[in-house]
Amino acid sequence: MDDLLADFLTETNEGLQNLDGALLQLEREPANGPLLSEVFRTVHTIKGTCGFLGLSRLESVAHAAENVLGLWRDGTLTVTPAGISLILNAVDRIKQIVAGLEASGQEPSGDDTALKAELDAVAAGQLPTEPAPRAPEAPAPQAALAEAAPAIEAAPPVPEIRAPAEPVAEVVGGSAPQTIRVAVDVLEDLMVLVSELVLTRNQLLQLARSEENAAFSVPLQRLSQITSDLQDGVMKTRMQPIGNAWQKLPRLVRDLSQELGKRIVLDMRGAETELDRQVLELIKDPLTHMVRNSADHGLESPEQRRAAGKSETGRIMLNAFHEGGHIVLEIGDDGRGLNTERIKAKVLAQGLTTEAELATMNEREIHRFIFRAGFSTAAAVTSVSGRGVGMDVVKTNIERIGGAVDLRSREGHGSTFIIKIPLTLAIVAALIVEAGGERFAIPQNGVLELVRVGDGDGPKVERIKDAQVLRLRDRLLPLVPLRRILSLSEDTPPADSGESFVVVTQVGAQLFGIVVDRVFDTEEIVVKPVAPILRHITMFSGNTILGDGSVIMILDPNGIARATGLGSEIAGDSATRATQTSAVARGPRQTALLLFRAGEGAPKAVPLALVARLEHLPAERVEQAGDSMVVQYRGSLMPLLPIAGYGAPPTGGGDQPVLVFGDGDRALGLMVDEILDVVDAVLDIDQAGQRPGFLGSCVVNGRVTEILDTAHWLQQAKEDWFGNRRAEIVRPRVLIVEDSAFFRNLVVPAVTAGGYEVTTVSNGREALALRDADEMFDVIVSDIEMPELDGFGLVSAVREGGIWADLPMIALSGRCEPEDVARGRGAGFSDYIGKYDRDALLASLQDCLQPAVAS
Amino acid sequence: MQQPQTLNTGGPPSRAALGVDAAHMVLTLAVAGQQCGVPVLSVRDVLGVQVITPIPLAPREVAGSLNLRGRIVTAVDLRARLGLPARETGKGAMSVVVEVGGELYSLLADEVGEVLSLSSEDRAANPPTLDNLWRDVSLGVHRQGGSLLVIFDVDKLLALSA
Repeated sequence: MDDLLADFLTETNEGLQNLDGALLQLEREPANGPLLSEVFRTVHTIKGTCGFLGLSRLESVAHAAENVLGLWRDGTLTVTPAGISLILNAVDRIKQIVAGLEASGQEPSGDDTALKAELDAVAAGQLPTEPAPRAPEAPAPQAALAEAAPAIEAAPPVPEIRAPAEPVAEVVGGSAPQTIRVAVDVLEDLMVLVSELVLTRNQLLQLARSEENAAFSVPLQRLSQITSDLQDGVMKTRMQPIGNAWQKLPRLVRDLSQELGKRIVLDMRGAETELDRQVLELIKDPLTHMVRNSADHGLESPEQRRAAGKSETGRIMLNAFHEGGHIVLEIGDDGRGLNTERIKAKVLAQGLTTEAELATMNEREIHRFIFRAGFSTAAAVTSVSGRGVGMDVVKTNIERIGGAVDLRSREGHGSTFIIKIPLTLAIVAALIVEAGGERFAIPQNGVLELVRVGDGDGPKVERIKDAQVLRLRDRLLPLVPLRRILSLSEDTPPADSGESFVVVTQVGAQLFGIVVDRVFDTEEIVVKPVAPILRHITMFSGNTILGDGSVIMILDPNGIARATGLGSEIAGDSATRATQTSAVARGPRQTALLLFRAGEGAPKAVPLALVARLEHLPAERVEQAGDSMVVQYRGSLMPLLPIAGYGAPPTGGGDQPVLVFGDGDRALGLMVDEILDVVDAVLDIDQAGQRPGFLGSCVVNGRVTEILDTAHWLQQAKEDWFGNRRAEIVRPRVLIVEDSAFFRNLVVPAVTAGGYEVTTVSNGREALALRDADEMFDVIVSDIEMPELDGFGLVSAVREGGIWADLPMIALSGRCEPEDVARGRGAGFSDYIGKYDRDALLASLQDCLQPAVAS
Repeated sequence: MQQPQTLNTGGPPSRAALGVDAAHMVLTLAVAGQQCGVPVLSVRDVLGVQVITPIPLAPREVAGSLNLRGRIVTAVDLRARLGLPARETGKGAMSVVVEVGGELYSLLADEVGEVLSLSSEDRAANPPTLDNLWRDVSLGVHRQGGSLLVIFDVDKLLALSA
């Protein structure tokens, strides 16, 4: 293919990619002049270049579309949805022709007369402006498309043309992006080279550690730094926001909603979540398939929705986020959900299992049958609520890239599919441990702490029958001996005589300890996927080469938790383990507390989640400004308050420990004498002896400890905290429904500091009273367990109707098991967050208030 | 020389089927005294005794993994794969590195011989009496001088049942 044509194709593909989005935006904002000009320009450019290259078919279609756009732009005609549909059809046709060009180097043959005639009719002002008559006309161009399509689609796309990395595409409207095209192969090669460089650097560092040759150490440090930066840079080139894979979805959903006569809103969150380009490409198709399924089978028709008491507009939600070295993608809808009884019937009819087995299964297990091959036969498509279509194929495709799919569904409330994809290629910090004479890497992001256990005075491993546990502070931690789960040699002394280490790990809400013999260093490792013949071993998430050149396996805490808690690998142990685990979970709720000393008397504590940072500021940097003390902190002045009383600023040299609350330019520092520890404790506050600045006292580690009232201290610094320059900004209004005064005290300052206007009530009944008084909010944050009317009651009352029916609602709860989260979402909460998780709450508020990408 | 007789019973049809592969060159190796061959086109490297990290819970045939110039290679012990007795302790194995589906694997053999060009004339189908385990992975048997070479299908060698 000649270069000119190749350039044209690349350029046109780019233009076309943005065109869909721009047209949809135009449909919503018909008066957006600049956008219309942009669309016109794109089509015009395509037309112009076609003429130059002698592509007559392409030119004629583009020309007809350009005519209509031109009239819109000049204001001669008004933009109508019917017109937009027609232009979209023309764009589709252009895409088909371009695809044909790519495949064969020549314009495919086809008849565009019908399409052009329609476009011309619009240009002549013949088509009525209201969208209603659009429906009967739609099939005509569609049918014509369908006829033209097979010949074109049959030709496989030519990968060489598509190979250049797609620049991060932005919705039309901005200036030219500052990007260049680089062949993917070049990036891949760079990545391989950088990986090698990292490994070689690690080897050098290892050598240097034993050599102690000072002459090399400085340049080696520099080399090491540059390597790290280079590695970050190259990694970034491979990462693309997942939004790139979502680009086509608004259009898809729009078309489906027209086709199916349903009203659908597509809500996309976390579009900026980045993942490896390769993985991105591979999940595009399953994703499209699932969204199509949701629209087609998941959501009901407007009539059915009305009958079910739901809003007529169905929602499809896409959500992406990082979680423990994985990317989690959720595709959900608020439609009819899976019909468990019908699945059961289908499963039995197909002989996939027996009735007796079915009886022992819970709802989730039954739902999982839709992933089974053979379940998705044509009969299943119509008789089960439709979700059987190709789900086994989706599952297979996702598992092929090392991912996993699960779903949760509540009948009448919708279904959500959860896809978990590992970062197949990533460099992570890992802890190197040894068990049974072999070394393993544990990714550090899952490691909470390390505990040395042994014969001495320190903590000991105890046994309840065969299950090993560790009493860690007040918690009973289930232990997983690595030797046992990996079937490593037991002939060397067993773990509980002599010294060993417990790696405290968290998976979801579950804490457990992995028992290892030794702990070495932490090291930056390049995660490489394991060979396909080893992929069934769920204990490993990959393997890597260490600085000394040896190959080691990377442990997957998720896999280990599954294998020990739920899996059948250690069947004998699982029962004891499970009961014991739930005993831990049922215990009183623990809170991480930061212990510190300030002034005389009892030690003080504050829930760790409320503290943004801990700083040790040099005492000489603390300055006196008027009556108060300030410090220059991250480019602005931060007020400092001494907790010990309004005494003198610290004197002499040394560091001043400071607890920093809040973020960015609204930070407040509390000066304390000494930061002592972080401990988990049950917050059982005794309000006796309460004094300003403290909520009361509580027994922590056997000592009476005063709990800081954060709100009080923020109030002290109020002027700085709610600075005037922010006054003119309209703050989003948040309603917080929470019965415990203590939690209100914790949450309100955090949310207020986040820039929200907060109103609080103490139960659901009071909240509804506000609604009936026509008070309006932007978002509601609600506790679950409350007197009078609890969170679930509140959410269903809110969703039933009234002015709050469509408000985002965030559940705040002490219970954060996956089942609770699922129940909360099912009940109508937009999000579900653990108490004390300040950052998650703020992030969620932000998410909820971002305008949904509607189609 | 009774074996050739057995081989001839394989008959011409099978020979024709093998004819396509016959021009391939093979690398010979020895596993527990048996001479074997792998098509040389699939071989990427031949290495001496390597440090091999065992992989817990892996299938019995997988000896572990090793580092080949920054790439991780999964080692499959041919003795275990072919149901032969384990190598005596202290005796290292040679690694024949092959590439399958973009992944590198090392086939652990006792000795590595030479590259031979074999003519299709000398090749025969698997004798019906051949052990099932072997028959699954063998492309055919070759007469080479005074001995017999079993030619392995590398893909099948690496298709572990586990």
